[in-house]
Amino acid sequence: MNIKELTLLSERSRLRLLEVIYRSGAGHTGGDLSSLNVMTALYHRVLRISPATLDDPDRDRFVLSKGHCAEALYVTLESAGILEKSVLDSYGQFGCPLGGHPTNDLPGVEVNTGALGHGLSIGIGMALAAKMDGKSYRTFVLMGDGEQGEGSIYEAAMAGSHYHLDNLLAIIDRNGLQISGSTEDVMALEDIKARWTAFGWDVRDMDGDDMADVVKTIEATDWKGGRPHLIISHTTKGKGVSYMENVAKWHHGVPDEAQYAQAVGEISARIKKLEEEKA
Amino acid sequence: MKDCRKAFTQELLAIARKDRDIVAVTTDARGSVTLSDFASELPAQFVECGIAEQNAVGISAGLAHSGKKVYCCGPACFYVARSLEQVKVDLAYSNIPVTIVGVSGGFAYGALGATHHSMHDIAVLRCFPGMSIFLPSDAAVTARLTDLLADYPHPAYVRVGRGAVPEIYDPAKLDFSIGKAIVAREGTDVTIAATGESVAPALEAAKLLETKGIAAAVLDYSCIVPFDSETLRKYAARSGRVVTVEQHSRWGGLGSIIAGELSETDAKVRILGVPDENAPHGSSAEISHYFGLDAEGIAASTSEFLNLNK
Repeated sequence: MNIKELTLLSERSRLRLLEVIYRSGAGHTGGDLSSLNVMTALYHRVLRISPATLDDPDRDRFVLSKGHCAEALYVTLESAGILEKSVLDSYGQFGCPLGGHPTNDLPGVEVNTGALGHGLSIGIGMALAAKMDGKSYRTFVLMGDGEQGEGSIYEAAMAGSHYHLDNLLAIIDRNGLQISGSTEDVMALEDIKARWTAFGWDVRDMDGDDMADVVKTIEATDWKGGRPHLIISHTTKGKGVSYMENVAKWHHGVPDEAQYAQAVGEISARIKKLEEEKA
Repeated sequence: MKDCRKAFTQELLAIARKDRDIVAVTTDARGSVTLSDFASELPAQFVECGIAEQNAVGISAGLAHSGKKVYCCGPACFYVARSLEQVKVDLAYSNIPVTIVGVSGGFAYGALGATHHSMHDIAVLRCFPGMSIFLPSDAAVTARLTDLLADYPHPAYVRVGRGAVPEIYDPAKLDFSIGKAIVAREGTDVTIAATGESVAPALEAAKLLETKGIAAAVLDYSCIVPFDSETLRKYAARSGRVVTVEQHSRWGGLGSIIAGELSETDAKVRILGVPDENAPHGSSAEISHYFGLDAEGIAASTSEFLNLNK
């Protein structure tokens, strides 16, 4: 997909995301919205994975370490043809296969996540296995910025550079907010870039709200060079819904009827414009 | 006498030479685990994580997810405490077949104190669906188990001790399989069910009891989960009285599992283990004696129990 198509798809996924969250009455709306561009770009342009290759030992791996953004993953898997619409429609119903955090009994979900600070270590194990076996698959791990408070991440950071895992790309969804407020008020993270650079990682910034920059930055990854890669994806929590943007309470807020209608209106207007531009 | 740690690492090295997918992961514990030979001979199959158990379990999960047969090794006390959430989520919940090998379990570290003791591992791991739990009783069982777990499709925890223990079984005649207790000794007056390094003193206790005219059966629960209920019920029905022995808290371990299994039967159960207190500083043998978990203590408790429940 080209940038315009990805942008349009990401907006359509926002619409689907809000529908799923509104109908089920649950979801981590703010972080879903800030990470949707990255997941859309990964599944529709970057990852060497398709519905037919979910079990292929050579497929690229994606680990959603910020597992609470499961709804964004679900709508992305649906758009990629990996998750059936009827399954996603069951979200929130008792006994449905979709949890508030993803589990690997679903197609396309590699490991169960939801407890923060686990995904990067798992990704390191996957990347290390590729090195051992001489395989060319790449491993992608998406972390939250609030998640950076978990100490296990820094154990993984050390191991990533120790083992020269240049086949591993971690992305931090740097939306600046966690459940209690600003990350810098809760437990300051800056200077993130300096920290990860000091751990020996190849660190870059990108504008995660701009699909063109997301694609450009991820695709510019040098998959050689002996260092693991980290992209700090600067995003807006609640991106794409005006009253949710940069408001911490939308971390796991669910819109009421009027709010939902407003969100649908805003996103639909953008979709219409993008469709007109495409035509 | 033979050290279960060494039985494990010798067998692991032997099978890893033939199967390049076998990987040993450790946390600056190659000495404690006795993995130095493995690290020297098969460096490409050895992953050092430094002192970072959480990361080691996560890395193990990622390796196993990508087809490696992973034995994640280090002191038991840290894997079932520091990295417990990784064991719960990355292994048990995700059903990723990593074998955690916890060495120097129970109070094997003796005077190093409660930081290094693991009296709670069975209790916590028993509550994670899908997690198998093994406390092999001697070197032969440890080696066999090491072999069986290479292709076992579920996460597993193996706890061994630190020092040499009696060689209970002839490896050539050993009848051990996952999900089955071993009948280590026949007897009809009382059944002693033990696990791990408590099996050898339980067998010694049975000999002491024999001199008093008491015939004790000894069931070896080297495999705790999946639990062999059938053998337990058969022997409990026959003897009516069951004594359990373990280097573990009296709460939540083998004793609790057996008391639960027999709760709707007429059998009486006495649980021998570690009471609600930290072990005094001393050697493993001294602590074992203090808590009545050596052969003399087990025999004395069993005699008293039988007198109370004639």
